[in-house]
Amino acid sequence: MSVVELARPVEKPRATPKGPRRRVTAWHRWLSPLALLVVWQIASATGLLPERLLAAPAAIASTAVELTQAGTLPTAIGVSLQRVLIGFLVGGAAGIVLALAAGLSRAGENAVDPIMQALRALPFFGLIPLFILWFGIGEEPKILLVALAVSFPLYLNTFSGIRGVDGKLAEVATTLKLSRGQLIRHIVLPGALPQTLVGLRQALGVAWLALIVAEQVNATTGLGYMINDAREFLRTDVIVVGLLVYSALGLATDAIVRLLERRALAWRRGFLA
Amino acid sequence: MATRLSGVARAFGDRVVLDSLDLELRDGEFTALLGRSGSGKSTLLRALAGLDPEVTGTIDVTDSVAVAFQEPRLVPWKRLLANITLGLDAPVSKAKEALAEVGLSERSDAWPLTLSGGEAQRASLARALVREPELLLLDEPFSALDALTRITIHQLVLELWARHRPAVLLVTHDVDEALLLADRVLVLDEGRIAHDISITADRPRHREDPGLVTLRTTLLAALGVSPEGRS
Repeated sequence: MSVVELARPVEKPRATPKGPRRRVTAWHRWLSPLALLVVWQIASATGLLPERLLAAPAAIASTAVELTQAGTLPTAIGVSLQRVLIGFLVGGAAGIVLALAAGLSRAGENAVDPIMQALRALPFFGLIPLFILWFGIGEEPKILLVALAVSFPLYLNTFSGIRGVDGKLAEVATTLKLSRGQLIRHIVLPGALPQTLVGLRQALGVAWLALIVAEQVNATTGLGYMINDAREFLRTDVIVVGLLVYSALGLATDAIVRLLERRALAWRRGFLA
Repeated sequence: MATRLSGVARAFGDRVVLDSLDLELRDGEFTALLGRSGSGKSTLLRALAGLDPEVTGTIDVTDSVAVAFQEPRLVPWKRLLANITLGLDAPVSKAKEALAEVGLSERSDAWPLTLSGGEAQRASLARALVREPELLLLDEPFSALDALTRITIHQLVLELWARHRPAVLLVTHDVDEALLLADRVLVLDEGRIAHDISITADRPRHREDPGLVTLRTTLLAALGVSPEGRS
């Protein structure tokens, strides 16, 4: 009888320790990806999945080791990381400075916001031909594309964060006779920080995306170049290694921001928990 | 310096909330301001706190004003002690004393969002009093507290007032609260001070005090409420 079956779980002793059960469930979550890898490996070994379309997992793994030992992969990662880092710093600084200018005064908002809103509508990957004309095919167009991509999420989020600061706290600042500088430092900027950190995570996401696009178009070094070069020789194993490295780097930078969030927003933890 | 208001007016659109209001608050006096909901009590307090740029008339008020709001309005990203010292010229030891006065010494490292309602309101009082104001404005600071906490905080406010002797303006809609705490009770109606009643009973006061019972009836009538129900 279905009613009895429905009732049964409730009758179980509630004191069952949760830890081991949860570990079992976590392990279960690895089953399907592992199964997929096995199927993939078998499909490659039997020739069902030709290597010119997609290399076998084992081949990819050994290629990764080879590329690392030969120094190709670390060099490429270094070049790409440097591009993202510089572009991110330039674009992030620009986005935040513009957001402060727009957020902290009406005149600043009128000067900056319409331009930023208009530029935001531009598909920035569409700017690549112009960037090549303006900056050639060296490092500048790649770094600038990353910077441009990064600046918008940081601008938009920081600006709305500043404007979203609780007006009641601004009143408190008035009654405590805080100066304008103190108001900005103690109330406005910390109040905008949660939203800025949201912008930071979005910015890191698009930073990697912009880099991948920029490196596909024209590059003689870096991960994108490694992938593009591999395409010429039908080395799908190298391509997949490159893609995996991109996603690992993306995950790593995201983890850094989440760590930053945990520290900077510790005051919210008691509230959220 | 006493606080003087004359011809103070404020309208929100067509609705006149304060209408050529005159009022004097004397040094060291505990005044309660009663009024029906929407009568302009908080508008008057905000005018005194310098939070309303659109109010007209003459407001002659000391620079030394501190405010405790209905919600404690602690800055959530500053630990408790940093909230007390925010914008404070005095040394940190004074802020610690202020926290000790409201019984929160051990919570000085706590994040505001982890405080209970009563703790947060006490912290808000400490933040106001550490500035040693000549005029302390209290905007219904007890209304969100549970009944037991409210009794404790009433005592605390009286103690702090007795020790520091600021002029106090307590905005409230609670007649009993006004009768228990204040030297003087004002009733705001139609944008003006409609009643101005002195209370001379000694503290601590009890609700059953016959003098207070009579005053309660008077005040409730002034607020348009009959204690026996509808008449």
